[in-house]
Parts: sequence; structure tokens; C-alpha cells
Amino acid sequence: MYEFLTGPMLILTFVIFFIGIIWRTIWYFRGLSWQLDRVAYKPHLSYGIKGALRSVIFWLLPFGTRSWRFYPGTTLLVFAFHIGLLFTPVFLKAHNIILNERFGISLPTLPEGLADALTLMVIISAFFLLLRRIAYPQHRIITTAYDYLLLLIAAAPFITGFMAFHQVLNYQFWLIAHIISGEVFLVAIPLTKLSHFIGFFLSRIQLGMDYGIKRGGMKGKGMAW
Amino acid sequence: MPEGKLCNRTPVNTEEQLHALLADKSGKQYYEEMNHLNVDTKALWATIQKTLKSRLKTWLEICAHCGMCADSCFFYLANKKDPKQVPSYKIQSTLGELVRRKGQVDNAFMQKVMDVAWGKCTCCNRCGMYCPFGIDMGVMFSYLRGLCHSQGFIPWELKIGAGMHRIYRAQMDITTEDWVDTCEWMAEEYEDDWPGLTIPVDVAGADIMYTVNAREPKHYPEDLAEAAILFHVAGENWTVPSEGWEETSLAMFAGDWEACKLQVESVYDAMKRLQAKRMVVTECGHAYRATVIEGPYWAGLPNGQTPIPSFHYVEWVAEALKSGKLKIDPAKKIKEPVTYQDSCNYIRNAGLKDAARTIMSYIAEDFREMSPCKEHNFCCGGGGGMNGLGRYRKERNNGLKVKRDQILATGSNLVVAPCHNCWDAIRDLEEVYRVGIRWSFLKPLLISMIEVPEHLKPKEE
Ligand code: SF4
Ligand code: SF4
Repeated sequence: MYEFLTGPMLILTFVIFFIGIIWRTIWYFRGLSWQLDRVAYKPHLSYGIKGALRSVIFWLLPFGTRSWRFYPGTTLLVFAFHIGLLFTPVFLKAHNIILNERFGISLPTLPEGLADALTLMVIISAFFLLLRRIAYPQHRIITTAYDYLLLLIAAAPFITGFMAFHQVLNYQFWLIAHIISGEVFLVAIPLTKLSHFIGFFLSRIQLGMDYGIKRGGMKGKGMAW
Repeated sequence: MPEGKLCNRTPVNTEEQLHALLADKSGKQYYEEMNHLNVDTKALWATIQKTLKSRLKTWLEICAHCGMCADSCFFYLANKKDPKQVPSYKIQSTLGELVRRKGQVDNAFMQKVMDVAWGKCTCCNRCGMYCPFGIDMGVMFSYLRGLCHSQGFIPWELKIGAGMHRIYRAQMDITTEDWVDTCEWMAEEYEDDWPGLTIPVDVAGADIMYTVNAREPKHYPEDLAEAAILFHVAGENWTVPSEGWEETSLAMFAGDWEACKLQVESVYDAMKRLQAKRMVVTECGHAYRATVIEGPYWAGLPNGQTPIPSFHYVEWVAEALKSGKLKIDPAKKIKEPVTYQDSCNYIRNAGLKDAARTIMSYIAEDFREMSPCKEHNFCCGGGGGMNGLGRYRKERNNGLKVKRDQILATGSNLVVAPCHNCWDAIRDLEEVYRVGIRWSFLKPLLISMIEVPEHLKPKEE
């Protein structure tokens, strides 16, 4: 089981993940239309790039935009959640050992204590993101079952990983559950709206170009996000 | 059920159709007919498939339902944080649903969509600045309005408005003759006070081609005279075109893209015909947005630019003040606290905030910013055509509360509002809420403040 999940299954997961992301990116850019979107992307590319960079960079910084500052609590949760989500699996020691065994590559790794803390950070922030959806009417009204499912898909590898690491009850069980949920997560990224993994950048680049080219970027100093 | 006589999928192209609609007071029969209008679901879905591309599809798909757009919308705030006013909810329950159902929707659904697209959104684009993914509900509602329009589900006034553009190339029934007459009349009327004042029509090769909002010749002709006076004092070599003088676009508010194209092309033709160095448009936000920002795309100009460089009135004023073409008498500057209404259409959506600040620094001693301001400012409450829609008057008046409170918080009783829509909304908010504020375009303020060179003053006899 373990061999299969970390062998052929892992390869398949990575194939779907990477091809999915690449396909989404190509599909997105090919679907842009200067006339329908009303943005002259090509003739003013340099303004577009400037606008796109502003649009991405300010939004990548915690509290970098007025909106992030307006919702400090949400901002903390969102950044805590995503930082843990992205960094922990990539730089985890155990993952890199497997990577090295299977593919002969590995990255620098996080000290175990830090990785453990990051994992906990993901779980806790996921819990509060869940509460936030339930507690506030303005979030409840737009929340669907799908949103809960996706939150579960994203948090599951961390919950199971945490259990496995601390060997709660049955290590083997948590380990297998962890691998399966991790693979589900990776596959879900290109196939569900977790595709905002790449969609965030695509959409921000587009709107940034819109502001950079058409909505004032060529006359003003650029949008003050 | 068939299409109605007034409410149908055919846009207004003749005066006869137009008069029939106008005769139907407040659109009573029109809205009654709308209850029976069927939805051509096949055509609707075909249009969606053709025009809903990756940008909008991605927006609809990846919305995380995080609700960070909620407080960005003034309707949400004005309606005591009613969750039904969250921008994401508004678009997901209309356009989102329409797409999920592949266009298979009925009359009741389309009427609901219309009521949201025009009654709960002014297309101010503010939410797009607050969404982490840059999902711009204003853009999507504008797109949705186009879908509604193609199916005949649009507010009565906007069917008329778009028809006006189709017939007269203006949002009101003003013929070329009416327009040229008004120019002559205004020049004559003010000539005694301003010797040598003219409103030159169709002069080729001028420095500035000036264009207006049809309301000016129709209801506020003195605005045209004021523009002439300021150009005169500034020593500008300017002209107005006899045709292609109208920059506004109720067609844009209606989602009638074909009429939008016809309208802006009339202005672009004038630009090409007269070959002025540049174009300046009056103090109107959506006129600038329509003709300068969006227009080139309707007309299919691949570089997204108007045929000659185009400027909003605030840009011209800022430049005239900086260059000294217009000089302000320091004694006549505005002394009382005064605030400035940033129009969504040329501030958020065209980046002209600095021009506005430059002007205020010249004319006001106690300028107070609203909070928030500049590109983050709230819609006046009357954008997107909402000022003129009887069906949504209640919603509009309620939405005005946000602007009212923003103005009051500055402690100023005077609002400079260089945008027809904002100007109207602020006038109406005073009428509805009686808070004791005044509002003004720039032109009359400037005329009361400028130093007039001796040789331009009337000779004493
Ligand atoms: S802020 Fe953006 S992602 Fe969040 S609910 Fe609103 S539209 Fe959706
Ligand atoms: S465009 Fe403006 S009015 Fe419309 S939903 Fe967004 S914030 Fe609200």
C-alpha cells in the first residue's frame, strides 16, 4: 500500500497537478480577448506589466492593501493558513527524504519543531476560517457545501500528518490517511476552485493590466491598492 | 408568450418607437408587458458561450466566498449590512446561476436579474479593489446588463436612453441644428459681459475640440457658456463639432453595445474630421469613461486609444491653473471648508485623482478629503444610470446615505462635484435628507474666482 501510494500514485498525482496547472494557465491567457475584456494588452505591454506587478505584489504582502488592512483578523488567518499550507509540505524533512529516494532530488528542510508549529498553525487557522463562515451572515450566505468540502480537503493532510507525526494511536493508519489526503489535495488544486493556487496570479495579473493600461495606469501613478 | 409592443427584444431605432415609449408614463404598460416577455434561452446561451471568456469564467469559478468584498459595497453598508447585498452574492445568484443553468431561465428569473443588475449595483467597480482575486463585480454586472438588454429586460428609461443615442447620437432628442443654435445663442447671450466671446463650431485644426453632455445644451445651456468663458480667458484655440459633440452614453448603462459603438463613433468621426490637437470633455464622469476609456474597444480600435488624445475637464483645469493660463484671485478662494466628490468613472477607473487635488490646492483654503477618498471613494449613489430609474428610486435614495454621511464627516457644507451624475445624486441627497449642503461644478466656481485680464473686460461707456 505504502509503496504504491508513494510510487505510481505519487507520480500520477504530480502529473495531474503540474499538467493541470499548466493547462489552466494556457487556457486562461488564450481566453483573454482585448476587445471583450476591453484591455489593449499587447500594444501597451510595458504599462500592463507594471500594473500586473503592482497588482500581485501588494496583494502578496500581509496588510499591503487597503482591503487587507480593513480586515486585520481575516488577513492574519488567511496568511497564516496559506503560509503554512505552502511551506510546510515543500520543506518538510520527511517529504524530502521520500523525494530523494524516489526521484533523487531534495530541498532544504525545516527543523521538525518549526514544521510542527506550522502544521498546527494551518489546523488552527482552518478551524477559525470555518467558524468565520458559520458565524457571520455575510459569509454564510455565500458559503456552499462545496466550500466546506474544499476546506476539509485542504486541512486534512495537515490533521492526518500531525496525528502521524505524534503517533496518536495508530501510526500506520494516520500515515496512509495522510498520504491519500495529501494526494487528493494536490489533484484537487487544478480540478476544483482550489485552482486559485494559480488563478490568484492569473486574475490579479489581468486586473492589474486592466488598471495599468486602461483604467488610469497610463496617466496616473498606478492604482493604490 | 410573445414580445410586447413596447417591451421586446428590439432596440429603439425610429422616432415612432421612441415616442410610443415616451407616451407610456413611467413605463406602466412597458413593465406590464415585461411580465409576459418570454426568454429566448437558446439565443441567451449562445451569447454567453460566445462572450463569457476565461476572465469572467475564472472570476465566477474561483470566488472563494470569503466575503471580503462585502464592506466595499455602499449598498451593503446603506442596507444595514444585509447579506443579500454582498457583491459576491449578488453576482453568484444572478450571472453565476444563469451560467450554471446554461441559460435555461424564465421570465421571473430575468426580472430578478434586472432588479439586481440595475437596482443593487451602480457598476462603481469598488468591490474589485477589495477582492483578493481582483474579482470585479462591476465589470460582471455591466456584462450582465448586456445579456439582459439582449433579452429585452431593461429598465424603461434606459430603453429610451439607448434609443435616443441610436436616433440622435445623443442621450436626448437634440438635433445638430438645436445644438448649433444653442452654441450661437449662448455666445450672444454672454457677449456683452465677455467681449469677443465665441463658441466656434467646426473649426478645423484647433488645439482643443470640446465635447459635452447633452443635458447641458438641453437643460443647462449656461454651462456651455461658462466653458466658453473659461476657454476665452485662458486664451485657448478651441472648437466644438457640429456633429459628434455628445460624449455621454446611456447606452453603456443599458448594456446596448451596438448603440455604444454608434455613439462613440460619431465623436471619433468628429475627431478625425476636425483634426484638433486634443479633445476635452465637460465635467461628466461617465461621458469620459464611455468615450475615452471604454469607447475605443466598442469601436474596435486595437490600441485602445481615441483617435486624438483625450482629456477630462479636470485635467484641463489643473493644467490651466499650473501653467497660469487661468489665475485665481487669492482673495476669492473658497474660505469655508470644502470637499471633493471623486467620481468612480474618472478617478477609480481612469486615475485622475491628482488633477483633482491640484485644482483644489489652487481654489480652496480649507480643502477636506472625504474618507475614504481618491480611488477608494464610494460611489455617489447615483452611478450606472441609477439616478434616472423610477423603478429603483427607493433603493437609490437609501444608498445615498453613505455619501451623505461621508460628506457630513468632513465638516464641510460645500461639495465640488465635477460629474453630472455625482452632482445630481448630491442634489437629490440634499432634497431627500435635508442636511444643509451645497454642491457645485467647477466652472461657476472658477468664473467667480479668476483674475480677468484687462483687455477681456467689458469696456466702460
Ligand atoms: S472578495 Fe472576491 S473571492 Fe471573496 S467573496 Fe468577494 S468576490 Fe468572492
Ligand atoms: S460595483 Fe459597486 S455597487 Fe456594484 S456590487 Fe460592486 S461595490 Fe457594489
